[in-house]
Amino acid sequence: MIYREAGQFKTTYASDQAIFPIVQDRVVVALGVLAVFVLPTRFANEYWLQAILIPFLIYALAALGLNLLTGYAGQLSLGTGGFMAVGAYAAFKLSTAFPSLSIVIVFLLSGLIAALVGVVFGIPSLRIKGFYLAVATLAAQFFLIWLFNKVAWFVNYAPSGTITAPSRTVLGVTVTGPTASAAARYVLALVFVAVFALIAKNLVRGRIGRSWMAIRDRDIAAEIIGVRPLRTKLLAFAISSFYCGIAGAELVFLYLGSAETLAFDIGLSFLVLFMVIIGGLGSVLGSFLGAAFIVLVPIFLTNAPHVMGLSLPVAFQKQLELMVFGGLIIFFLIVEPHGLARLWQITKEKLRLWPFPH
Amino acid sequence: MSPGSPALHGPAAGPDAKATAVGTAQVEIREVSKSFGGVQAVSGVSFDVAKGEIVSVIGPNGAGKTTLLNCISGVFHPERGRIVLEGEDVTHLRPPQIAARGVARTFQNIALFRGMTVIDNLMLGRHLHMRNGVLRSMLYWGAGQREEVAHRKVVEDIVDFLEIEAIRKRPVGSLPYGLQKRVELGRALALHPKVLLLDEPMGGMNIEEKEDMARFILDVSDEWGTTIILIEHDMGVVMDISRRVVVLDLGQKIAEGTPTEVKANPLVVKAYLGTKAT
Repeated sequence: MIYREAGQFKTTYASDQAIFPIVQDRVVVALGVLAVFVLPTRFANEYWLQAILIPFLIYALAALGLNLLTGYAGQLSLGTGGFMAVGAYAAFKLSTAFPSLSIVIVFLLSGLIAALVGVVFGIPSLRIKGFYLAVATLAAQFFLIWLFNKVAWFVNYAPSGTITAPSRTVLGVTVTGPTASAAARYVLALVFVAVFALIAKNLVRGRIGRSWMAIRDRDIAAEIIGVRPLRTKLLAFAISSFYCGIAGAELVFLYLGSAETLAFDIGLSFLVLFMVIIGGLGSVLGSFLGAAFIVLVPIFLTNAPHVMGLSLPVAFQKQLELMVFGGLIIFFLIVEPHGLARLWQITKEKLRLWPFPH
Repeated sequence: MSPGSPALHGPAAGPDAKATAVGTAQVEIREVSKSFGGVQAVSGVSFDVAKGEIVSVIGPNGAGKTTLLNCISGVFHPERGRIVLEGEDVTHLRPPQIAARGVARTFQNIALFRGMTVIDNLMLGRHLHMRNGVLRSMLYWGAGQREEVAHRKVVEDIVDFLEIEAIRKRPVGSLPYGLQKRVELGRALALHPKVLLLDEPMGGMNIEEKEDMARFILDVSDEWGTTIILIEHDMGVVMDISRRVVVLDLGQKIAEGTPTEVKANPLVVKAYLGTKAT
């Protein structure tokens, strides 16, 4: 009875096209955004911020980027780790070459550089589709990681081959480097993900997003009504890589502190792809749900036996974790192949009628 | 190329002389040939369509009707011959360029964007008329939002016209066949086309749905003066709504004329019914 849209009449098309057309949604989202900005910075401890919330936000941004490309534009990519590496190494080079440049600008520029690289590796998408495109993007993944390993210029000739986030401030608060507090890094990551989630939502409900989905659903029909496939696909690659590039820069600057190419290997590409598939292809919310699932469930599984008072051998528990995690992924994919976002949508549909059966 | 000189285009242009002499043809199809491997799908087909006309292309299965439509809309490029649209040679243009010149079409086996709602499908018909780029789309504010709303109004007019108000927010994949056909017509209309190509708009429909569709097609022609080229198998519909009929058989044009002329043509009867075994 709480979740009712009855009596909320839309009198303009603008209000009908709003992101949250129902008043209850708007209230909940506004309160939610306020809560995630205020509560964790006040009450969460260092462990929660560093081990759970910050990686969640960064992965959510990367998943958002991949979802625009794979979920909305229908172009399967396994190069996410490579594009994130481009963002990370670009941010490292930019921030060390121009120490006075604001870190926010550095992140945005790194995203733009990743976008350019994404466009280059997106060119084959005009000719190849589906699994074959996935293999082509795999080439991007391996080539980029190889490049960053081989060319010492990217790591400023550091013998260790690692890149380290320098100390930088935003509005007088240290947000990167060894002295930055977890709360400051959390807020910066949150601002980025909130702004880019809004931008992604705007993109997908407007002309650009529709052209992506048209190419995804029926490319011949899309061409017939005037959608130009090359331009549309490359734009999807560019914007997706832009998101992934920023996420990659954040991964080093706001989470790991320092990293080598290993942090961006093919495993990362798969991880982000799993988030998108489990969360829901073609859903902005799904990117967040998928990232939360992949980040939170393993942590929950690690701590669950301890909380329940079971003391299992460490090696056994590690194996059990992987088995349960894998089982859960299969379970959710069987229950709802369209992802967690779809489950949420179904729940909302049911809530509209609850407690009446029809 | 001057559209007023049909005599130069070989014998096939002969019967067309009546239609082309005035030089008002909106679509000119000249000696178009297209083969796939060893199969000659369309060979040397020529005819003209005047502005505002409803022309039906009929013929037995495999006659090359859909291939011809694909050539006009740029999906295929003919090996020989030319397709002229309002005096401009469009033979080798890509589908989006053809669409930009005001040609819309529907498909024999519905090609809607199944994951999207009816409104979004129709909004895609407005794609070419919209200017929102990346930055405006990102903001969805001010001019960007005004454009979305303006085109939504156009789309809503078409929703009203096709009487699909009740399903506007439904994903098209979940709609029954007849309604999907109607939505696809709506998407083509959203383009505000000058030329509308319909590939079996009534295929697989029941009588009532066919009547509705025929009414929509006639209304489009009346209200907007859209030139319509349609492929249809239902002879009753073809004879009722088309001004002229072009008959293809095995890739060649065997007859052209008013419905009554075509019906009486012995070649047409032969193509459809075969010859008497003697």
